[in-house]
Amino acid sequence: MQMHPAKRVEITIEAVMERRLTEALAGAGVTGWTVLPVMGGSGRSGVWSREGQVGRAGGMVQVVCLIRPDRLDGLLDAAFAVVERHIGVVCITDCAVLRAERF
Amino acid sequence: MLDLAAANLLSPMVLCFGLGLLAALLRSDLTIPEAVAKGMSIYLLFAIGFKGGVAVAENGIDAGLALAIGAGVLLSFGLPVIAFTLLQRISGLSVLDAAAVAAHYGSISIVTFVAATSVTEAAGLRPEGYMVAVAAAMEAPAILSALWLVARNGQGRAMEPDLLREILLNGSIVLLIGSFVIGWITGPQGLTEISAFITAPFKGVLCLFLLDMGLVAGRGLRANRQGGGKVLDRGAIAFALIMPLIGGGLGALAGAGVGLSTGGVMLMATLGASASYIAVPAAMRVALPEANPSVYLTLSLGVTFPFNLTIGLPAYLWLAQTLNGA
Repeated sequence: MQMHPAKRVEITIEAVMERRLTEALAGAGVTGWTVLPVMGGSGRSGVWSREGQVGRAGGMVQVVCLIRPDRLDGLLDAAFAVVERHIGVVCITDCAVLRAERF
Repeated sequence: MLDLAAANLLSPMVLCFGLGLLAALLRSDLTIPEAVAKGMSIYLLFAIGFKGGVAVAENGIDAGLALAIGAGVLLSFGLPVIAFTLLQRISGLSVLDAAAVAAHYGSISIVTFVAATSVTEAAGLRPEGYMVAVAAAMEAPAILSALWLVARNGQGRAMEPDLLREILLNGSIVLLIGSFVIGWITGPQGLTEISAFITAPFKGVLCLFLLDMGLVAGRGLRANRQGGGKVLDRGAIAFALIMPLIGGGLGALAGAGVGLSTGGVMLMATLGASASYIAVPAAMRVALPEANPSVYLTLSLGVTFPFNLTIGLPAYLWLAQTLNGA
């Protein structure tokens, strides 16, 4: 089966910033992403967990985008403008997709 | 006053909170799922808003509403300035951390307010129903005060235009005011129709919710301890015990000044004394992301909330009774 190279961008960011990030991605021409809940973790800002939390302040989400390699820089510029001052992680990995026209 | 405190400490609400706190500190695997905690908070906000609206429908509305809201908004604007000044004197927090903490102490904790209404009911008092609207009005001004304090200390930045809309329309405010209006419109008849849902289970749900609050507070304290107590210095912890008394005292004076009943004065004192841990932390993450969330969440939820629940509420009730001569 024919496969096409792509980039998988995972942005783990505070839940309160989710809408701002996805709006910035849409503004940069990114047409698809998936938002995943993150249950808990630990990092430079300490240990945290979603268990029992009522507000959104202590929570994180992960926004996952699959994108053509030539569009990566535009996505990262848009994402970085939002996440620069905030807690979070941006991770990029190489991957392959089956239907290139969708990305 | 000691009798009030003893009765409060042995109430199911406080004991449930204590159980959660103890379980977390002993590293039990007891947890309340996030969705259940959110569901309980929605229930409590709806019930307290609805019952407040029904009380207004029963007793009518007077100039006291506008005066109480005005006093509440002034308190919410002013308390962060006092909190910030106090923090700068007794703690080693940075300007950004101190301003973020100050915002929490100018705003309110709706769960403390809900617990306070239970205490007033147990004392046979009938506070003004519109105190729910006062609580909602006091959520946001403190955030603006904190941002002004940051700007005044040379670390300001442009406020995102959408942030104010998010603060004013955050879910808890919309639900509280919305259910208050529904209760006001439908009145005692509406309450009769849904009483089995919002009256009878109320205290039981509050107990479970406070169990969850105890778990969350205990985890925060444990994380601070595991970090060698580096996040919070003694001055900051002292602040979290002193500030509720200052805010509660000013709230009680403001309540008595605008002519509230003893129950109303007690609730106004509670609003002045409590510190937010839902609306303000979210706003601070957007507006002041460099401020350390471990500092303001631990102080608000780990120190001030338990203090208010155990010692503060009976103290504010005693203060209200003393001021109103009840």
